[in-house]
Amino acid sequence: MYTQGLDQKPDTEKQVDGTEQLVRFQARIDADEKIEPKDWMPDGYRKTLIRQISQHAHSEIVGMLPEGNWITRAPTLRRKAILLAKVQDEAGHGLYLYSATETLGVSRDQLTEQLLTGKAKYSSIFNYPTLSWADIGAIGWLVDGAAIMNQIPLCRCSYGPYARAMVRVCKEESFHQRQGFEIMLELSRGSDAQRRMAQDALNRWWWPSLMMFGPSDVDSKHSAQSMAWKIKRFSNDELRQKFVDVTVPQAEFLGLTMPDTDLDWNESRGHYDFGEIDWQEFYEVLKGNGPCNRERLAARQSAHDDGAWVRTAAVAYAQKQKRRCQAA
Amino acid sequence: MTDKTHLFEYLLRLGDNALVLGQRLGEWVAHGPELEEEMAMANFALDYIGQARLFLSYAGEVEGQRRDEDQLAFLRDSIDFKNVLLVEQPNGDFGQTIARQFLYESFYQFQLEGLSRSTDTRIAEIAERVSKEIRYHLRHTRKWVLRLGDGTDESHKRIQNSFDELWRFSGELFVADETDNWAVEHGIGPNPETLSSRWNQFVGAALTEATLIQPDDGWMDGGGRYGRHSEHLGYLLADMQFLQRAYPAASW
Ligand SMILES: [Fe+2]
Ligand SMILES: [Fe+2]
Repeated sequence: MYTQGLDQKPDTEKQVDGTEQLVRFQARIDADEKIEPKDWMPDGYRKTLIRQISQHAHSEIVGMLPEGNWITRAPTLRRKAILLAKVQDEAGHGLYLYSATETLGVSRDQLTEQLLTGKAKYSSIFNYPTLSWADIGAIGWLVDGAAIMNQIPLCRCSYGPYARAMVRVCKEESFHQRQGFEIMLELSRGSDAQRRMAQDALNRWWWPSLMMFGPSDVDSKHSAQSMAWKIKRFSNDELRQKFVDVTVPQAEFLGLTMPDTDLDWNESRGHYDFGEIDWQEFYEVLKGNGPCNRERLAARQSAHDDGAWVRTAAVAYAQKQKRRCQAA
Repeated sequence: MTDKTHLFEYLLRLGDNALVLGQRLGEWVAHGPELEEEMAMANFALDYIGQARLFLSYAGEVEGQRRDEDQLAFLRDSIDFKNVLLVEQPNGDFGQTIARQFLYESFYQFQLEGLSRSTDTRIAEIAERVSKEIRYHLRHTRKWVLRLGDGTDESHKRIQNSFDELWRFSGELFVADETDNWAVEHGIGPNPETLSSRWNQFVGAALTEATLIQPDDGWMDGGGRYGRHSEHLGYLLADMQFLQRAYPAASW
């Protein structure tokens, strides 16, 4: 999850060239052994992981923005508390994932810099706006729901620190998903105005949620190598289908209508058929042309800039303290 | 006033202080100077919202008009909010938030200490639990007062300025009125006047360690507890209450 842009850039694709080290490395992976930070690993493996994990971390952090929008406006104190706890969890996910990336030899400062300069990507889903309270429900239900689909297989990822971080993250994401669904349930059982709000949120978030799984398998260049390295265990389309199959009955339960006229149960496949994703939109948002790309980066940038004097002061203070300790 | 109305009033003050401060801290989420601080702010906001719920739901029960925590939080206008002016002051820069939190929590810790010995067992239990949270907040906040005060020239100047600006709201914390006197008489809570020397000592020690100057007690602002607020509270409530006001009687 949160890494859908990865499938585009083929620059880490390096063929296994048959050296002994590589053969041994692949053998360990095939035996389902975990690779740990100090172990030898091919450059491409390291680069792919850095890109994937940091993209995931950035997504957690940028993802705090659309939801953070509604903390001050949550409709009840209980909902406010739940939302605060959720957003706090996302910051925690960002932190574990940055730490996991650091085990691969990149510093957090470098990672932040990559995010702010636009060099590193984050999940496009967070470039969509949260316009009503129902969006907080829809994000929990659909976005955290899609995240879980993607992340559960990552708990068995070959890279130890990432796999372990994912175990912890997944537990919290499933809690988020339930809370989101509960918001949608409350709205869909509420007044006409609330149902309208819920339906509108579903209309806006459904397709972007499907895009979270990345390009279709036909266009996805990286999958084979990532699969061989057990960084990825299922293809984009497999996971997307799984998500659709799980989510459609939930929408029915809510009494909401999926914004897809092609959506239909296919008895022979044992899956739901669904309409064509607007890939044009997907690539545009990825390029920076989504509704909130500029706002999201600007918000991170201004938090970073406004906090510069605070971080500098903390460093200065720590140095003074250290000198005092040495002098004493 | 009857015991019931006094107790209701007393609980509203406690609940509103927590609610307004929680709301302010919630504004920081996703905008902090570093990730760890964003987490801390969210965590503190969460604590305050939790406290507001405990105090306000108790207030609603005491009042006996079937108003729950949400009706009290979302359906009163500023004239009925009983928080002190200090907590509604805007976040400003990170240092200003730290200064506000530090001044308030330095007071709140001593108030809670008194409340944990309350003859009202429900208040005593809440205070016991909340004390632990506030002790933790204060350790964090005090550390930032030191870092910013004794950090760089810029940080020193900024946070000194914030303390100077906010000092005029500290007087209101220690003024005992009819409701406080009632609380003292019934063993419900401490006399705020008696907390001021410990507060001064506690705050003064931190400011000195942080190489900051304790502002003089000049003219002190007040009136929040009687519903006379600064202009800032209206905007805070407009944001907070929007959904409940726009969709009356809806369930969320
Ligand atoms: Fe997360
Ligand atoms: Fe989540």
